[in-house]
Amino acid sequence: MSQTPAPQSVAAKTEKTPVQGRLRALAARPLVGALRRDWTALAAFCVLVLLLAMAALPSVFAPYEVFDLRQISLMDAFRPPAWLEGGSWSYPLGTDDQGRDILSAMIYGMRVSVTVGLGGVALAVVIGVTVGLIAGFTGGIIDSFLMRVADVQLTFPAILIAVMIDGVSRVILGDGARAEAAVFVLIIAVGLSGWVEYARAVRGAAMVERGRDYVSAARLSGVGTLGIMLRHILPNVLTAVMVIGTIHLGVAILIEATLSFVGLGIPPTQPSLGTLIRVGNNYLLSGEWWIAIMPGIALLILVLAINLLGDFLRDAMNPRLL
Amino acid sequence: MTGFVLRRVVSALVVMLAVTAIAFVMFNYLGDPVVAILGLDASEAQRRAVEAQLGLDQPLVVRFFTYLGNVLQGEFGLSYRLGRPVLEVLAERLPATVELATAGMLLALVVGIPAGIVAAIRQGSASTRLLMGASLFGISVPTFFVGIVLIWIFNVTLSMLPSFGRGEIVTLGWWTTGFLTQSGLAALVLPAVTIAIFQVAMIMRLVRAEMLEVMRSDYILFARARGLPEWRIHFRHAFANTLIPVVTVISLQMGSLVAFAVITESVFQWPGLGLLFLQSVGAADVPMMSAYLILIAALFVSINLIVDLLYFAIDPRLRARVAG
Repeated sequence: MSQTPAPQSVAAKTEKTPVQGRLRALAARPLVGALRRDWTALAAFCVLVLLLAMAALPSVFAPYEVFDLRQISLMDAFRPPAWLEGGSWSYPLGTDDQGRDILSAMIYGMRVSVTVGLGGVALAVVIGVTVGLIAGFTGGIIDSFLMRVADVQLTFPAILIAVMIDGVSRVILGDGARAEAAVFVLIIAVGLSGWVEYARAVRGAAMVERGRDYVSAARLSGVGTLGIMLRHILPNVLTAVMVIGTIHLGVAILIEATLSFVGLGIPPTQPSLGTLIRVGNNYLLSGEWWIAIMPGIALLILVLAINLLGDFLRDAMNPRLL
Repeated sequence: MTGFVLRRVVSALVVMLAVTAIAFVMFNYLGDPVVAILGLDASEAQRRAVEAQLGLDQPLVVRFFTYLGNVLQGEFGLSYRLGRPVLEVLAERLPATVELATAGMLLALVVGIPAGIVAAIRQGSASTRLLMGASLFGISVPTFFVGIVLIWIFNVTLSMLPSFGRGEIVTLGWWTTGFLTQSGLAALVLPAVTIAIFQVAMIMRLVRAEMLEVMRSDYILFARARGLPEWRIHFRHAFANTLIPVVTVISLQMGSLVAFAVITESVFQWPGLGLLFLQSVGAADVPMMSAYLILIAALFVSINLIVDLLYFAIDPRLRARVAG
């Protein structure tokens, strides 16, 4: 255990430049060219960049600091969107039951949704790539065991696994602590429910690469197993991981939104898009439809843009990898 | 042949055993069952008595096999939240979910398969592009949002259909059905459409892709050369040959219908297994959660097993490979 950190950090330092160079080369000509020719993908890309910018800098884009209690004015509660009777352009998409600006709440909500989505994908990548590298490189009984676990998990829909993990977190943490740690719980739920695809792709690539001559050469020149995995095998699977990751991001955001909508996700104190839809759903039957529908449309646009871009990436990159 | 079947059955059993072990760990180590039953201010003697009653004083291995035996007899313990036997509650909720899932799947097949065939035959036409665009939308839109929009349009705005519950139900022995009353059928419409949207899009894309694949093959060319009418080529030759993969994927998809049922039931407050599952998780009802884990696993493992065996029965190439 005491030996592992040293070679890892050396490997991480030395691999940095070739990996970055590879990524740049990959992002350079063919991809950008393909993006220019594909209008749908280009539009999806632009929309996504805009939405991610909003999520990253909500205070720049949002007209109000909606979760600052001083800014709540109950006088302005239940205002419809500006283009309807009774609406005003100071609240373009209307206000909720407490007079908060829907547009601002959506922008802050998107921040939470995107955070959980990216965090969950990152966790799934780490678990999946590690498992895949170990399984593909060592083979034998470890490989069969890990892949058996992956097969079993793959038979269950990710959303049900995420719900189960959420339930376990409730029992362990209790309601109060769970509500405070909600973002982390959801990242773990998304990550643990989505690692299998990465593990399978990485394992496949690792099995192919480990038999190649350059791996034998590296081994002969004294590179350790960990070094070979990180320096020689990992760069070969990055493209596949990127493509799977983009498609997974859409799924991850949907899982978070669904859990929050059914009341098992992010609590209303720091709402995500799903939480906003859940809260708005209470006012749907009394006619204040915009409180639920507006965040829903935002969620739909976000996921649609990610899916379109994911499809494009899968087609533009080498589909053989998948 | 027997070897293949036996291997599949054994591996299915191993998976079930592993899942039961996880459920056992959850059941025994998550939370404190004694506190859940007695409350926090019980005396030591009371605690002892309940521990002995639940068998918590036994060694671990004994407890696992007792648990396994109980599960095999359908005894999942008492729900913390409802204080009733888990199996009894589950049986009560089962009909609602089965009816919803059946209606949704039928709807998805009736719409999805013809749409897929049309999209494959009329490739490149405006109607096909519309269908394909709609299907991408159907795959991306979150299920719960479909439900909300349907409620908004058909309940709030048009006042045509109910937005929650099962309507009036009729009891037939231990089964309850909403199929026999007008309000029951009306209540079924929006949830069934909601649960079907994703499946329609998926089935349509699948049928189209498989049809296009088959239409490129030589025997279609040969059928054309023989001068057979187009409709006969499309249905007798092309569509018939897409059935194996289509049936496989649709059967596998039956399992994921459970996941969609959970969400749909939550939107429409449909009193089925899915809503119960969410309520149990929300209340940290451990016996309920472990029962669900086992039941969901049993459902998925048996669907996978049946599909595997069916595939083996249908596709002669697989049989030859195993024999040779």
